[in-house]
This record gives sequence, structure tokens and C-alpha cells, in this order.
Amino acid sequence: MPEQFIAPSIDWFALSPYLVMVAGALGLLVVGALTPRWPRGLYSLVSALTATSAGVLAVFIWNDVAEMGPGTLVGGALSHDAFAQFVTIAVCAATALVALVTDAEVRGTVLEGPEIHALLLTAATGAMVMGASNDLIVLFLGLETLSLALYVLAASERTAAGQEAGMKYFILGGLASAVFLYGIALLYGGARSTNLGEIVARFQSTVALERNDSLVLAGLALLIVGLGFKVAAAPFHVWSPDVYQGAPTHVTAFMASVGKAAAFAAMLRVLVIALPFHRDDWRPVIWVLAIASLVIGSTLAVVQTDVKRMLAFSSVSHAGFLLVGVEAAGHRAGEQISGDGLESVLVYLALYSVLVVGTFSIVAVVSRHAGGSTDISVFAGLGRRRPVLALALTILLLAQAGVPLTSGFVAKWGVIQSAVAERSYAIAIIAMVSAVIAAFLYLRIMVSAWLADPSEVEPEPVPAMTGVAIALAAAVTLVVGVYPELLLGWTDAVSNFAR
Amino acid sequence: MLDVIWLVPALPLVGFLAILLFGRRLGEPGAGYVAAAAVLGAFVVTVGAFFDLLSLDEHHREHVSVLFSWVPVSSLQIDMALLADPLSITMALFVTGIGFLIHLFAIGYMHGDPKFSKFFLYLNLFVLSMLMLVLGENLLVTFLGWEGVGACSYFLISFWHTRESAATAGKKAFVTNRIGDWGVMLAMFLGFQAVGSVSYSALNGAAESGALASSTATGIALLLFVGAAGKSAQLPLYLWLPDAMEGPTPVSALIHAATMVTAGVFLMTRMNPVIAASADYAPQIIAWVGALTALFAATIAVAQHDIKKVLAYSTVSQLGYMFLAVGTGAYVAAVFHMVTHAFFKALMFLGSGSVIHGMHHEQDMRRMGALRTVMPITAGTFIIGWLAIAGVPPFAGFWSKDEILLFTLASSPVLYVIGLVTAVLTAFYMTRQVVMVFFGEARWESHADDHGAHGEFRPHESPPIMLFPLVVLAGLSVVGGAIQLPSFGIIPDSWRHRLEDWLHPVVEPGEAVIKGTAAYDAKSWLALLAIACAVLGIAAAIAVYAKGRAKPFEPELLARGWRYDETVSAFMGGPGRRAFDAVARFDSGVVDGAVTGTASGVRSVAERLRRGQTGFVRNYSAVVVAGVLGVLIWFVIIRGVL
Repeated sequence: MPEQFIAPSIDWFALSPYLVMVAGALGLLVVGALTPRWPRGLYSLVSALTATSAGVLAVFIWNDVAEMGPGTLVGGALSHDAFAQFVTIAVCAATALVALVTDAEVRGTVLEGPEIHALLLTAATGAMVMGASNDLIVLFLGLETLSLALYVLAASERTAAGQEAGMKYFILGGLASAVFLYGIALLYGGARSTNLGEIVARFQSTVALERNDSLVLAGLALLIVGLGFKVAAAPFHVWSPDVYQGAPTHVTAFMASVGKAAAFAAMLRVLVIALPFHRDDWRPVIWVLAIASLVIGSTLAVVQTDVKRMLAFSSVSHAGFLLVGVEAAGHRAGEQISGDGLESVLVYLALYSVLVVGTFSIVAVVSRHAGGSTDISVFAGLGRRRPVLALALTILLLAQAGVPLTSGFVAKWGVIQSAVAERSYAIAIIAMVSAVIAAFLYLRIMVSAWLADPSEVEPEPVPAMTGVAIALAAAVTLVVGVYPELLLGWTDAVSNFAR
Repeated sequence: MLDVIWLVPALPLVGFLAILLFGRRLGEPGAGYVAAAAVLGAFVVTVGAFFDLLSLDEHHREHVSVLFSWVPVSSLQIDMALLADPLSITMALFVTGIGFLIHLFAIGYMHGDPKFSKFFLYLNLFVLSMLMLVLGENLLVTFLGWEGVGACSYFLISFWHTRESAATAGKKAFVTNRIGDWGVMLAMFLGFQAVGSVSYSALNGAAESGALASSTATGIALLLFVGAAGKSAQLPLYLWLPDAMEGPTPVSALIHAATMVTAGVFLMTRMNPVIAASADYAPQIIAWVGALTALFAATIAVAQHDIKKVLAYSTVSQLGYMFLAVGTGAYVAAVFHMVTHAFFKALMFLGSGSVIHGMHHEQDMRRMGALRTVMPITAGTFIIGWLAIAGVPPFAGFWSKDEILLFTLASSPVLYVIGLVTAVLTAFYMTRQVVMVFFGEARWESHADDHGAHGEFRPHESPPIMLFPLVVLAGLSVVGGAIQLPSFGIIPDSWRHRLEDWLHPVVEPGEAVIKGTAAYDAKSWLALLAIACAVLGIAAAIAVYAKGRAKPFEPELLARGWRYDETVSAFMGGPGRRAFDAVARFDSGVVDGAVTGTASGVRSVAERLRRGQTGFVRNYSAVVVAGVLGVLIWFVIIRGVL
């Protein structure tokens, strides 16, 4: 007799952020297709509003979680905890900012319309699912939802560079997805489940020797590679400079913020939450990836002449910093008092997402005015043409370099402090040295903007919505830099996760 | 005024913002006056705070004003706070006081520069950062200022960035300073890890109570010294300072002589209990680096021809004296010399600026001479500065140098001899400079054709706004020694050791440390010996350069700074640079061949796609697969099987 299918009970309110995002995407597509072209900027506003409301809903859900404690949703497929809400809020904030910037970037091209926004919202939904997944299969579904939308977005511009970027991203992303999926299969073979809670329970009840099942270890290896690819950690970063440079700038902003945040959230879910009993196995690998990313990211960033490519390598070095936090979280994963590693990574992700969208938005404004070139020379004299824009760029770059009184310092201080607290001195020192090297690259852009003679006299037009996005990003950077407790007060809750 | 101590950094901030927003409208000289007024205001507030502190009991001379709680989360407690105590107020007094005079000078010096208002924008930002540095209540606030002064220094060195050499010099300053900043950051983390705080009171308190392990204290002290050596131009990181002379001369006077370069000495003095708690070799390293830098830089200064380069190497040498003082425990003497040096070196830099201004941007001393006839006030004040640095009593430099040498002899005779030799060399090269610039025959007339554009070439005296600061600084260079007179027979008791008494709560060890040593007993003889050394140096230089009794000894090796800079550049430009390029080429050629691929935009789409599908993507995949194999080997074989 076939087993009866029992539909899981569904807490619709807890799922509302996902529902709002998907509804927004579908609504944009369907209504957009049936109505004549909307007035300028309306598509962007609608999708920004959708993302914002999903983020606001997540705040309310967080409140519920705080009152009733963490749990799972839809039959154990998704977690209902502060961690998930934190990632959702960060993803929604970054998505809203990118949606605002996108308007001016596609205006007047064949891309103007609802489609690109529907893709952004879909991708963001995938990212949110990754951050909340409590099951490896659900995690994979989220990953593919995000990735497929990103492949299309990366190739959305009909230029040779854009097409090439999309193609490269697709081929290599496909490879990484396959590796990741194979890892899930192997882990399933060893743990007899894909549910994170059940995986933890399974290894908790087995003796240490049996945990060293080579099936599980091989699965773990492949999962790390798949995630390492998505977070662009060296040596799996090889795709990112080409893709970041070739993709349209607003898509690059989205990839660097939402893509990275989702992948790191997934990495924390898989490694710290699901596999704490293998922490001694995976921590050294994270250590190596962190150092490779720090060194390769910062040194190669310095020799670039294209700003988008520089920022791509700088994003590799940021991934290195985040891995420093993951490594720190690995020291005491699964214990009652688990240290600050997990929180520091999430804080870094949230702050970095906002920062990087702001930075790329300015790059978008400047490069469009210069006929699409993103060479560092087009930034020359920005301070004279657009002093306020140059000031915002300076704030954001200082934050990327980790200068005190900006959010970047709060982020870097957090991960390094958690590494030092776990006595990972070597990695902390290397992280700081690479920060010193990378500072040179941010300074190069700043010097070009303020000190170099302008190659161009005409000030670049700053579209209103892009301007709003840049102002918001710069404001967050400064406010969090000056009053970090606004953010740090919250994040203590995120280690209270569900599984 | 202690309650409004926040005004001290706030006023330059207001000046900065005013020039940022209205700089173009203010124009010349408005922007200069706004900037100078802001610094003058800060000076007035500091003087008020000084008298407030003075009226307090010695042990209550400490006022912390918390602007806001910066990071008040659980284990992380860092305040944005200012600390007004004798040390920080001493620093703030001369930063704002000398800063104001240099602002005035710069109004005249920068006359007609197209970026006039921008110059004062950076100058006010610098003063703001420097005040944050000295007034910070914890390492983090100081570090904020530390980064700020570094950035301003970089911007001001490359202020005339159209000159290739200025841009390169700026870069050099940035790179060497970053090496130093790295040390400070690590020291900060180490201190935070050990004590759970980065505030000076907590760190120094832990060091004094013995809660700080000796090994940790040594680590913090030496890492801070790395930072100090970078900022204060000590061996082996000194090489940015001579190049920094590419900046406008007021910048050299303010940043690269009087204030920023002394930040390292300040930081070491501020953390003196930590140094006291560290292993014995830590202060010894500091003293030796200081002494060797002093001697090394003095030998180079002997053979320079650029008027500013002589002063730059002289600054490096004098900073070496200050570190020698720090290393031998003579913190009061270090601060004393820092103050007197700020007076006479700012004076001489501004004097050289006046000369350069009057000579229509000629900096080669071989084309000067006899300038005292045409620039009497500049010459007169410069000569006072010369007597002060050469160590002639009763000028300021004599007293401070003498005190350092006294402590040095109590600590190590070898270091004392190095210090004395440096003193002879200092008197020699400064006399050489004064003779070449202001005395002898007028060599500028023979080069008049170079300046054909000016018609009849004749150097001119500078305008009053540039001369006023010179006169004030000259006065201070004469009487500056009075703040810390030694205990000699004829000096009244109430005049002795004023600075030591004032700094007492911050800097515990004073002269009591060396009381009873042979050096202390012989201190009157030592003073006479120091005077003899100064006279010897001056007499030798006069014999060679004024009377021509001997041929000048200026070997090529010294003129080129012992080829140290070239060696470093050759390495950085040679093997170092090649290694860096090789990595970059590997990256661009092998791993990501599309460096030019996506950027050039010349080749056809078809070719791109073909390459995209068959060429580079295959390389990328290979890297990914290699990574997969590496990770798999780790997990399955090393962790699984073994």
C-alpha cells in the first residue's frame, strides 16, 4: 500500500517575504506585458518597493521568532530563525538599491521594461531561500534559482563583452553546480538524509571514528568547492574578474552583493550549522581558501587598470575576510558558547552588500558618461566635475579599505577580533597585511578622482533614482560607522538558529 | 576651558568644511585667513585648557571628555573620547601655535597658486587629524588621526602633482607609512586581546600593575615602534622624508619638521609604562635605532646641495635623538627636544621657504650666497635657528640636546659617543648651510641669465606676513630652553625642570632615575664638552666653507645618501618588481587571458565567443578542477584514510 502523502502545515505569514517577492516578479511580468509602456522609472520603483516590503515583513517575522523561538517551516524544508531573517533583510536592501540603479542603466535600450526587474526579484528570492534553507535540496533549488537568473542578467546587455561574460559565467557556474549537487548526493549517501537537522542528529549519535566516512568527507569536499565558487574564493575565483568586468554594472553590483551574501549564508548553514562535528576536517580548508583569497585578491587588484576589474579582485579579498570569520566560527561550531565568528560574518555581509552596491552605482554613473569605459582614467577629475559624487565615492572606498568611522571598519574589526579570540593569529596577521596592500588600490581611485586633471570637463548626469541609491548607501556606511551599536545590537540574536 | 576641549579639533573641522563648501568663493586670500583663524581659535582654547590644568592638583591633571560612545556592545567598549592631560596639551599647544604661524606664512608663500584654497583645505584637515592624534583617549582615536595625517601628508606632498617627482614622492610616503600603520594596528589588536581595551589608561594601568605579561608588553612596544619608525622616519623606513620635500615649503615646515613626524615620539612617550614593562632589549633596540639614524642622517646632510634636503636629513637626524631619548628612558628630554626642535626647525624651514621665494624657486645652495645683504630679516632669524640647532647656549636646542646626552651616557657610553659625533656633524653641516646661503660671495649674479625672464635678477626680501612667523619662531628658539632648565649652580631652583614637573603625572621617571650615576655627577663637565663639540663643528665648517682653508669633503657616496635609497629602489624596481609583474603576467597570460579580451573591444564577436568557449574557459575550468582535486585529496586521503 503506497504511503499516504501528508501535506505539511504551512505558516503562510512566515513565508510572506518569499511570496511577496515572487508575486512582485510575476505581477511585473504579467501586468507589464498587458499594459502599454509604464512611465519612466515606475518599473524600478515597483520592484524596489516589492523588495522593501519583503524586507519589512522579515522584520516582523524576526519579532515573532524572538518571541516564540526558532523553528522550521514547510515540513523542515526552511528554517524559521533570526539568521534567515537577517539574510533576507540584507538581500532585500541590496536588491532595492540595485533596482533603483537599474532604471537609468536600461533606459532607452531594448531592455527597458519589466523583464529585468522580474529577473532581479526572482534571483533575490533564490538568495533568500539559500539563506533560510534547512535542507540541502532546498538549498540547491535556491542556488539554481539565483544562478539561472544571474546568467541571463549577466548576458542581458547585447555587447560582446556582456555576452562573453554571460557565457563564461554559465559554463563555469554549471560546472560548480554539478560539483555541488554531486557533493549533496555523496553526503546523502553517508548521512542518509539531506535535512540539516537530521544530518546533525545523525552525526551526534555516531562515534567519532564512524564520522570519518570517506563518503561524507568526499561530499563535504565537493560542497566546499561549489560554495567556494559562488563566493568567489581563490582559487575558485577565476570567473569573477571577467564576469564582473563584462556584465552590465548594475548586474555586477547585484552579483557582488546579493550573490555573495547568499552564498556565504549557505556556507554557514552547511558548515557551521549542519556539519559542526566535522569542523576539524573543514576548518583547515577554509583557512587555506581564506589566505589564498586575501593574498591573490589584494595583490592582483593593485595591478589592474580597469576599475570594475579592480573591484572584482577587491571582492575576492573581501571574500577572504569573510572566510576569516567562517574559520573563526569553525573553532567552536556546535558548542553552547560558539564565539563571535558567525555574527561577524553576517555583519560583514550586510555591510559589504550595501557598500558594494553604492560603489558600483558610482562606477555605473561615471562609465556611462564615458561611453561605457571603466578604465581608471575616466575617474580623473571627478572631484572637480561632481564633488558630491566624488565625496560619496571616497566614503565608500574608505569603507572598503576598512578605515575607522566607516561601516567597513566595523565589519573588518569584527572578523579579525573573532579570529584573534580563537587564537588564529596567523590568519589575522595575513588579513591585516592584505588590507594594507589593498588600501593602495582604493587610494589610487581616490587620487585619480580628486587630484588628477580631468580628462573630461562636462559633469556626468546623475539620474535621480541612482542618486538616491548612492546617498542611501553612503549614509548607511557613515551611520553604522559612527553608531555601530545600531547594527551590532541586533546580531547577537542570529546565533540562535534553527535546524 | 577643559569642558569645551572638543572645540580644539572642532574648529579646524569647521575651517575645513567652510573651505570645502565655499573655498572657490573665498578664493585668495580669504580661504587662507579662514584656515588661519580656525587654527588660532583652537590655539586659544588650548591655552585656556592649559591654565585650567595648571590650576588643578598634580594628580588630577587629567580630563577625559567622551564625545560619544562609539562601540558600546558587550565585550567591545570603545569611546570616541578626548584626553586632556599635560602631555596631550603640550602637544596640542605647539601643534596649534606653530600651525597658526605656518598658516600665516603660507598665505604669503602660496600667493598666486591656482589651487590656493585647496591648499588650505588640506592644511586644516591635517591640523584636525593631528589634534585627534594627540588628544585621543585611546589607541583607536589616535589611529584615526594617525591615518588622517598620513593621508594629508600624501596629498600635500603630491600637491604639485604635475611634477613627476612630486607624485613619486607622495607614493613613497604612502607605502612606507602603510608599513608603519600595520605595526600600529597589530599593536592595537594585541593590546585589546591582552587587556580588553584600547584606552591608554587601561593599557598603561595594566602595564604598571604588572597585569600585562612582559612578552605581550614587548610585542606591543616593538610593534608600536614599527609604526613610530614609519611615521617619524627612522631607519630603515626613513627614505620617504627627504623625498617629501617635493611638497610646498610650508608643508615641509608644518608636517615634515614640527608636527606629524614627531607623532611616533609622542606615541612612544604616551605608552611609556608599556615600554617599561617590556623586556630590556625593547628600549635598547629603540635607543640604537635612534642613535644610528641620528648619525647616519647627519653624515648625509653634510654633502647635500639642496637647501631643503639639508634640513630634511637634519630632521631625520634630530628625530633620531628623540628616539635615543625614548630608548634611554629620558621621556621628558624627548618631549623637550620635540618642542624646541619644532621651534627652530619650523623656523629654518620657513626661512628656507623665504629664501626660495626670494630666489624665484631656486633651491640649489651653490647658486646662493651673500643673501644676508638682500634678505636681512630672513638671514637674521635663520642664524638664530642655526645657533639653536648647533647647540650653542643659551639657545633652545642646547638645553634639550644636552639633557638627552646626559641620559644617554648614564645608559651606555657607546651611544653617548655616537650622540656627540652627531652633535659635531650637526654643527658642521648647519654652519656649512648658513655660510653657503647667507655669506660669502653672491653666486646668484653669475646665474642671472637663467632667470632672464625676470629681467634684472635680484633676490628680494619676503612680505611682512611671511616675516612675522619667522620673527616669532626666532624668539621662541632663543628662549624655548627655559621650559626645562637643568639643575646647574647659578640657575634658580624655581626655574629648574619646569617641563618635568608639568609632565610628571604622565611620565613617571624623571631625572631621579639617573641620580647618583657617574654621568649625573659630571653633568657640568658634560655640558662644557657639548659646547666644545658645537664650537668644533662650527669652526671646522667656517674654516672649510668661509675661509677656504681646506677642500670641502663631500663624497659622492654621502651626497647620494649612502646609496640606500637606490639600493631599495633597485630591489623594488628590479627583483621585487619583476616578481610582482611575473605574478601579474601569470594571471593575465595564463589564468585570465581575457584581461585585454573583454576590455579592448576591437575583435569580432565571433572570435570572442570562440575564444570564450574553447580557450580561456578551459583554463578556468582546469583551475577549478585542480582546486577540486586538492580539496578532495585533503578530505578523503588525509582526513579520511590517514
